[in-house]
Amino acid sequence: MTASALDLQGVARDTGARLTRAERDGLNAVLHWDQALLDAEASRVEQSRAGGPLRGVPVAIKDNIVTAEQPTTCGSKILEGYCSPYSATAIDRLRAAGALIAAKSNLDEFAMGSSTEHSAYGRVRHPLDPERVPGGSSGGSAALVAAGVVPIALGSETGGSVRQPASFCGVVGLKPSYGRVSRFGLVAFGSSLDCISTFGRTVRDAGETLSAISGPDPRDATTVDRPPIAVESMADLAGLTIGLPAEYFPADLHPGVAAALRETIEAVKALGARVREVSLPHSKYAVPTYYIVNPAEAAANLARYDGVRYGQRRIGPEGDIRALYRATRGSGFGPEVRRRILVGTYVLSAGYYEAYYRKAQQVRALIAGDFERVFCDGVDLLLTPTTPTPAFRAGEKTDDPVTMYLADIFTTAVSLAGLPAISIPAGRSDGLPVGAQLIAPLHRDERLIAVAGVVEGAIAGGAEVRR
Amino acid sequence: MSWETVIGLEVHVQLRTRTKMFCADRTTFGDPPNTNVCPVCLGLPGALPVPNAEAVRLGVRAALALGCTVHETSVFARKNYFYPDLPKGYQISQYDRPLATGGAVEFESPTRGRGRVGITRLHLEEDAGKLLHDRVPDRTAIDLNRAGTPLAEIVSEPDLRSAAEARAYLQTLRQILIFAGVSDCSMEQGSLRVDANVSIRRPGDPRLGTKTEVKNVNSFANVERALEAEQLRQQALLESGARVTQVTLLFNAGTGQVKPIRSKEESHDYRYFPDPDLPPLVLHPTFVSEQRAALPELPEARRTRLIGAFALSAYDASVLTSEPALAGYFESVVAAGVEPKTAANWVIGDVMTSFNQTGGFSVEPSRLAALVNLVREGVLSHRAAKRVYAELGRAADETPRAVAERLGLVQVSEEGALVGWVDEVLRSHPNEVGRYRAGESKLMGFFVGQVMKRSKGKADPKGVQPVLADRLR
Repeated sequence: MTASALDLQGVARDTGARLTRAERDGLNAVLHWDQALLDAEASRVEQSRAGGPLRGVPVAIKDNIVTAEQPTTCGSKILEGYCSPYSATAIDRLRAAGALIAAKSNLDEFAMGSSTEHSAYGRVRHPLDPERVPGGSSGGSAALVAAGVVPIALGSETGGSVRQPASFCGVVGLKPSYGRVSRFGLVAFGSSLDCISTFGRTVRDAGETLSAISGPDPRDATTVDRPPIAVESMADLAGLTIGLPAEYFPADLHPGVAAALRETIEAVKALGARVREVSLPHSKYAVPTYYIVNPAEAAANLARYDGVRYGQRRIGPEGDIRALYRATRGSGFGPEVRRRILVGTYVLSAGYYEAYYRKAQQVRALIAGDFERVFCDGVDLLLTPTTPTPAFRAGEKTDDPVTMYLADIFTTAVSLAGLPAISIPAGRSDGLPVGAQLIAPLHRDERLIAVAGVVEGAIAGGAEVRR
Repeated sequence: MSWETVIGLEVHVQLRTRTKMFCADRTTFGDPPNTNVCPVCLGLPGALPVPNAEAVRLGVRAALALGCTVHETSVFARKNYFYPDLPKGYQISQYDRPLATGGAVEFESPTRGRGRVGITRLHLEEDAGKLLHDRVPDRTAIDLNRAGTPLAEIVSEPDLRSAAEARAYLQTLRQILIFAGVSDCSMEQGSLRVDANVSIRRPGDPRLGTKTEVKNVNSFANVERALEAEQLRQQALLESGARVTQVTLLFNAGTGQVKPIRSKEESHDYRYFPDPDLPPLVLHPTFVSEQRAALPELPEARRTRLIGAFALSAYDASVLTSEPALAGYFESVVAAGVEPKTAANWVIGDVMTSFNQTGGFSVEPSRLAALVNLVREGVLSHRAAKRVYAELGRAADETPRAVAERLGLVQVSEEGALVGWVDEVLRSHPNEVGRYRAGESKLMGFFVGQVMKRSKGKADPKGVQPVLADRLR
């Protein structure tokens, strides 16, 4: 279909109809959408000369990425009704590529969670089973793509928040190398880990979306001076070596996940790749390391929500400024956010910094060093399960934060090392999707996308969607 | 028994940039509240800091002017605390890896002669906003124009031994920073602020006493007053058998008292950690050496050169180098042909008076030189020249000579005119003429004065005396 032949107003209408149906079905994946805004987006694209694969494509945006046209709440009461005066660089780039900003999607409050149960605006349902969670924290975006409401969506990753829900929902979740996509306008959570990442029903869709938003940005000092990520393809995997890190295939791995991965490994071999077992010995420290680095950064990043300049304000009983802080933050943040702020404040405090934060940074370097060593040693990519289990039931892990944290056990090490990684659908277990994760060396995002595209075509159980 | 005071200073200077430390808003002083703000300095969700290269350059210059070692890698860190003037809930500063360390400032101590103060470190940081307690009744208003303004914090070693010495060091430091072109150092506009660490001990005691911190004193005179007050407070405590506790104090310029605001137990734990939004600041050695080469002549070097090249007194040289502009003006006047000592007298006198009032020069160096030459040639008396100087600033198109003529100040040495004034004076003072002729020769001065008065200063005094002597014979 040529760009000029697109009925953009029709796309806006159909998208609106699908969003309405998803809301009626109780998916609770959307925090804000508006038909008038969608129509305006369609008119804007009609006027623009933007060509390329994203022209006229509706996109859902995780609600921790600021947009000037609608509220950005981060799934938190403290930002209820907050409207940003500017849009994120990624939003500007999507628009420039001709995409329609369709909806703001639900998430764990400030992206803190692995199930999208920690939203102040209610939990997101898994599209295939409303009793289950879609994963998180980008659960809204993942569910909208899986349910066929939008073909692509933006999420954000800090420790696996796109790959994990992609795996649970049976869609593709693509995280770039740290620094390839601007964080300007992504509400900061764990700044040294945060990456805007993409969802699609295919590797190509997620890849083209990432391509459109990637590239250096003078407004983000942590972006790297490299061109936008190009979407490449290859015929097979001949000559490539895929590493299987032993630590990511524990004996007690969920049998359905283990089976799906066995099939994926066979498919990879059939495509001509050599497969080799490798070891990433420090990955077992990834979750505890992550839960020191991330809360420390989060505690500082969330200090600005103080009720002074914007967002919710509560005047405390004493009427002074300290009381305002206590009342505003005490009532505005949910329990998981408060927990991380407390942990983060603790690990940075005088006398504990060396024991926790400094130590965590050292371990982080060791974790990244493991990957470097393996990649220097002739391995081109790594293949692992994305998650230890398929989607779990709502409420199953909310009372035990550590169990919830372990849902990210296969994704956090990659985040700490800043590497590009992708989760692709690798089959089903009792009807629930299972994801396989591919991990590439730093800034080999192009190769990651190309390999994932080949593997996707070869394995069963691709993105089945319920319509 | 006497006490010795030990003082170290933390000085915050605003770097002279057009825009803020981490965003593109202007740093203009005195604009309407909250007009120079953007998502970055307001701390809005999603906004990110990007370092201002000019602020970094000025910080490097300041460090080099203070003899510091500039580090190839320094790290921005977050200093966490809650306050309504701090939009992000943390200040971006530098902590364990500052921009520069290990410098020194030489200064003239009022009590010990030539002194030297070690500079522990210089680091870059952003300023906070300002709370306004008098704009809205019963409310506190916040102006965030200043939030994000680039600052260099300059921390000295505890090398100062009196309040007066602290003041002298500050004046020297200010001069250096102004000469280096890194800051205006205006205390009125808050572009130079001082926190002082103070302790006292018995002379000869190698151990330091417990120190207190006096915060945010707003003038050099008040730094001295505040430190004296704190030194006396500590003495009174120790002499009464009590102990000094580690506190932070504020100086009240109205009462001259220092008042504790928080104790050590209440002090903040700032939970510093490297700012993940900002990669380490890496400065290429070539950049640093370029900045070193581009550093202008600093006050000490200029003083030495003025003494050597123009045979000025140490006093004149140091007054002339109190401001780079004054020293430059002086050298231009000399270059225009005025004898250096005469030029120095003019600059330190009339020129500096108007400079201090207006901050600028109303008379170009070449015109001042022309005026001074009229005095040397006997066309104007020194007094008349001062009147012409005052007029020159308002008469930009006129030469000094034209102004002198318009004001009727050109000296008269023509004998006919002098004889007329002399005869009038002698006629109106017959008694004094009698006494002079009787031998009271010291009355000559009186007659000269009277002639000058009658001529309204125009008579050339060198010509008056021979005429008088002749008529009194």
